[in-house]
Amino acid sequence: MFLENFDPLKDEMIQIMDKDGVVVRPDLMPDLTDEEIVELYKTMRFSRIIDEKTLQYQRQGRMLTYAPNLGQEATQVGSAFAIRQTDWVAPSFRELGVWLRKGAPLKNIFLYWFGNELGMKMPEEVRILPVTIPIASQMQHASGLAYAARYRGLDDIAVAYVGDGGTSQGDFHEALNFAAVQSLPNVFIVQNNQFAISTRRKIQTKSGTIAQKALAYGIPGVQVDGNDIFAMYAVTKEAADRARRGDGPTLIEAYTYRMGAHTTSDDPTVYRDNSEVDEWRDKDPIDRLRKYMMAKGIWDEEKEEAYSEERGRFVKETFEDVEKSGDTPLEDTFDYVFAQKTPILEAQYQAKKAFYAKEGK
Amino acid sequence: MLVLNLVEAVTNALDTAMANDKNVVVYGEDVGVEGGVFRATKGLQEKYGAERCFDSILAESNIVGAGIGMAINGLKPVVEIQFSGFMFPAFNQIVTHAARMRNRTRGLYTVPMVIRMPYGGGVRALEHHSESLEVLFAHTAGLKIVVPSTPYDAKGLLLAAIADPDPVIFMEPKRIYRAFKQEVPEEYYTIPIGKAKVLKEGKNLTVVAWGAMVRETQKAIEILEKEGHSIELIDLRTISPIDKETILASVQKTGRFAVVHEAATTFGPGAELITTVNEGAFLYLEAPPKRVGSNDTIVPLPKGEHHYVPDTDYIVSELRTVLEF
Repeated sequence: MFLENFDPLKDEMIQIMDKDGVVVRPDLMPDLTDEEIVELYKTMRFSRIIDEKTLQYQRQGRMLTYAPNLGQEATQVGSAFAIRQTDWVAPSFRELGVWLRKGAPLKNIFLYWFGNELGMKMPEEVRILPVTIPIASQMQHASGLAYAARYRGLDDIAVAYVGDGGTSQGDFHEALNFAAVQSLPNVFIVQNNQFAISTRRKIQTKSGTIAQKALAYGIPGVQVDGNDIFAMYAVTKEAADRARRGDGPTLIEAYTYRMGAHTTSDDPTVYRDNSEVDEWRDKDPIDRLRKYMMAKGIWDEEKEEAYSEERGRFVKETFEDVEKSGDTPLEDTFDYVFAQKTPILEAQYQAKKAFYAKEGK
Repeated sequence: MLVLNLVEAVTNALDTAMANDKNVVVYGEDVGVEGGVFRATKGLQEKYGAERCFDSILAESNIVGAGIGMAINGLKPVVEIQFSGFMFPAFNQIVTHAARMRNRTRGLYTVPMVIRMPYGGGVRALEHHSESLEVLFAHTAGLKIVVPSTPYDAKGLLLAAIADPDPVIFMEPKRIYRAFKQEVPEEYYTIPIGKAKVLKEGKNLTVVAWGAMVRETQKAIEILEKEGHSIELIDLRTISPIDKETILASVQKTGRFAVVHEAATTFGPGAELITTVNEGAFLYLEAPPKRVGSNDTIVPLPKGEHHYVPDTDYIVSELRTVLEF
């Protein structure tokens, strides 16, 4: 429906719910129960609470570098809601909403950002590859995951997330090309949040939209209002169904905005005006869905307060728990280089251990 | 005289080079408007315009690959790779083209470009932000690898790298970008590539270090000298080509040798330096030479990083085994 009729060369963007929470395209409204809509909202809200508290911890010197997700919640939660638990995800580093929707324990997420590899040892059923920092490299893995799923006769698909900056990398193009040529069960989601650190989207590509790049690979490309969770859900659902049917990959451009800094090491005031941020605040994905739910009578201030308070407490407790986790043990840094420690690694490990014993460390 | 920290000295060197030669262009990810994530190119776009200092697309292979084309066609690109751990998409261009264009065309085309990259650990950073990859470059014919450890050297070495007729990998120890300030001449000067510097003379042991490890080693030496040892410290400054002369002269005097580096130990830079000493001063040695490096593990995330990068205590302990042999 979206994919067939969408022409990425026209200046169009799929939107179902406007910034005031009004459904402007009832014909496209996905079939979601009230409970599911509340669940979408709660996941986004949870993501926001985690970000806000983590930024606070970071300012207090209790957290290391952190990449907040602020403003991109609908892009992530909406798309992740549209895939199955067994589907694979190849993430970048700013997909908190996806992690939460797929059941990643907050403790793991915190542990990772706290500087411990153990955080990325997620429960197996989460099926998300580890946080990937080399830009767009994960796109290639998604194509391989999809190839293997089809080869093994499974109907799982693989979804990759990348940013607008990532579309400049060779890996982005190679992955799309391979997936298209092989007609792989992939969905590629570009979170166009307008920035690669300080560099604006227009510096990355001369294309009118990122979605239209799909045409060159012979696959569908759609630009979606990434702050409209219904649109994100509906379009991803169709792309996922299409991939699962064996009709090949889709490129989705989620048009959104990075409300926060690139990471806590970054100072966005160097390269953008606050007025621009304020304009986007008006299009906030969470406020938008809350307005919709309030109007529909499935959410109210009381529920909002109770949920926020309960989640806030949970985040606080989880973080304090992780804070107590201490340093990574020496053996952990050696034990996962290979399946079996090599003799040289074993000798280095023993030498370091002896050194610590001697120094009383 | 200016008083600058290391990253400010880099900026000042770029500024000096751009003022002197209109063919010097500077670019990389976030290098233009923002002035780089470490602010190493701060103010350069404002001063020289967006044609000479600009934001690249987010593609390291393009940053180096396009730079090769610019260098062949008369420009002097000084490009920034945001972190050395992000270098890998560009590695193909560095190894297959930058390093061998001169040889492949028997000198017709050359690549006088500088590839700057912050490197090294100890800053509690995310994955791929803490590597020390100097040997990957050093093992590639056609590349020179330079590492400053002071603001004064950073400016002089970077200007020498820019003036060099061949590609230079300029690795900046980000951990000490802002660690201390030093007097740096305002005018143009160069420090020759391929020349180490004896930072401190000593009688019983020669230690070679570079980058952020120079400071750690200095601290270790202070502790050991209080115990009566006398240690000579050499800042290598250029990883390749190695200044054999300075190292061998020192070892022939002291009779003992150790090297301290952040890179992983096995097949690390220490292996080559010790071989250099064995080949050139074996009969002067009174103890087996020692390499003090990181474990052969993946660089751990911050909560385990202290197990990896040599710190003062570890360096003291390791150097003592050479002194007391």
